[in-house]
Amino acid sequence: MDWLIKFPAMDTERLTALKKAIDLGFRDFTRAYGDVFETALYPVQYFMYRVEQLLTTSPWPLVILAFAVIAWLASRSWKITLGVVITLLLIGYFDMWEDTMKTVAMTVVATIMAIIFGIPIGILMGRSDRVQAILNPILDVMQTMPSFVYLIPVVMLLGIGRVPGLIAVMVYAIPPIIRLTNLGIRLVDKDVLEAADAFGSSNWQRLKNVQMPLALPTIMAGVNQTIMMALAMVVVASMIGVQGLGLPVLKAIANQYFTLGIFNGLAIVGIAIIFDRTSQAYGKRLQKHLEVVHG
Amino acid sequence: MAEQESGIGINVRNLYKIFGANPDAYIDAVKGGMTKAELNEKHNHVLGLKDINIDMPGGGIQVVMGLSGSGKSTLIRHINRLIDPTAGEVIVGDEDVVKMNEAQLREFRRHKTAMVFQKFALLPHRTVLENTVYGLEIQGVPREEQEKQARGWISRVGLDGFEDNYPNQLSGGMQQRVGLARALTNDAPILLMDEAFSALDPLIRMDMQTVLLDLQKEIRKTIVFITHDLDEALRLGDRIAILRDGEVVQQGTKQEIVLRPADEYISSFVREVNRGRVISVDMVMTPLSGEPQGMPVKLGTVLEVAAKKMTDSNVPMAHVTDADGKPVGALGINEVISAMVTPVDHETAA
Repeated sequence: MDWLIKFPAMDTERLTALKKAIDLGFRDFTRAYGDVFETALYPVQYFMYRVEQLLTTSPWPLVILAFAVIAWLASRSWKITLGVVITLLLIGYFDMWEDTMKTVAMTVVATIMAIIFGIPIGILMGRSDRVQAILNPILDVMQTMPSFVYLIPVVMLLGIGRVPGLIAVMVYAIPPIIRLTNLGIRLVDKDVLEAADAFGSSNWQRLKNVQMPLALPTIMAGVNQTIMMALAMVVVASMIGVQGLGLPVLKAIANQYFTLGIFNGLAIVGIAIIFDRTSQAYGKRLQKHLEVVHG
Repeated sequence: MAEQESGIGINVRNLYKIFGANPDAYIDAVKGGMTKAELNEKHNHVLGLKDINIDMPGGGIQVVMGLSGSGKSTLIRHINRLIDPTAGEVIVGDEDVVKMNEAQLREFRRHKTAMVFQKFALLPHRTVLENTVYGLEIQGVPREEQEKQARGWISRVGLDGFEDNYPNQLSGGMQQRVGLARALTNDAPILLMDEAFSALDPLIRMDMQTVLLDLQKEIRKTIVFITHDLDEALRLGDRIAILRDGEVVQQGTKQEIVLRPADEYISSFVREVNRGRVISVDMVMTPLSGEPQGMPVKLGTVLEVAAKKMTDSNVPMAHVTDADGKPVGALGINEVISAMVTPVDHETAA
């Protein structure tokens, strides 16, 4: 009755052989194509580097001003703008300016890439049930897979550093924007779509004039979620050499530096709140036409 | 009626629509006489429209009336092929809409038809003006021309000053005026109105009917109007087709329908109708024998008006005159009143 208590697993030798085969196969793949990927990702690396340079080498008052202006343009709210300025001043005062800027750069670039890839994929998914049926389980896996696991293949393929970190962050952060773009397109009022058809809209006109504008608030909610996921992943990505606020946190965990961990953690919370409030206020402003309902 | 022939006519011929996974498999059976119930129970397909034949004259208002589930909204969507038929033809002008390819169909929708919807279906993120130009915008008309046309129609439907409002800021009646302005701005010869006024309050609905009738005097488009409301049908329709369970049960002028309902179903509808306002003297006058007597009444006058005129001037007899004032028939007050009150019940009439 031993087999009832102990699960009759694959025998160890065969399992080891299987794991070995997969690992070796992937290793051969990375050796063969690692350079190709690296070359292909060069523009991304360059862009990432420039954004980071811009944020870390510009005079800090200018950077704060730029953030304040962006926050104002997006939210049109003094409260949010003031909150942004105070948060950044505090971060600078506690000597976390450079790390914070690196984290912001990584988050911004990862979010932009997630938007560039995520929205078209979401649109395809919204227009075709078959694409949705294929992508949904993939997105499920992406969202439930422990985030550390993403790091392994990326490191094997690209080594450690900014770009592999960026790819890991983007892959981790992209599901919400895909899902919510899909949802937004599918939620567009059927009557309005029918009207667009009745007036002879082409597919592109339908997408441009009706589906995208009406899905935009939902898509913005996806962008917001993507930013938050990217921020969370930036810390994890510090394990593969991504610089920024994650690195001190990692150090604090390893050495039980309580205050160091808390300060850097709070800085992440601070910029998370900045991004969240600003992008939400912008999303809300996009729905202005829905606010004044006839009584 | 000659002037009404100017617009593009619509001829629906042998139109069938079966909803379900494999409609083509059952079309022959349905043509061979399979009933809606049998199709539904045995094969799980729904018979939406069965052998529809309607000739809609150009430049007139054709009303299609029926209760919910009668297939009337399905029928109107076949005219611009928002729904594809299972079999049959929809001839608009001299083209068969059913045979058009995608590009032809798009051009047809852009230039030949415009549609007004029950739930308005305005673009919520666009202002009244931006909604109104939609049809011209996707045709690629220059922006200036779009706005010029749109402003004209916005003003014509009584929405001056609301150009920059969003649909949500307007009442239902005003939103449907936008819907109407959007359709008219498209300047298409055919106007499809799918229960366009059904979602409005009774008073506003009357108001919109008046707007439409006034407009129609000048635009003379071919209008297909769907409704479940008989009063609305009688008020607007030059011709009326009544649909039940996907079949046309009767079609004709409103007087024909009120005076000679084809079956019990229709007579139950028309029983409550204010006949004095629908039936005209043409239908009750008797051939002229001898000299015309009493006061003159014009052809086309409804009974209510004729009765009022005759009682006001206290004459028991009148003669009916045509457009040139030539007497064409005789009219007694008794016939007028009995035609107004007698319920022409399908059973009692027989």
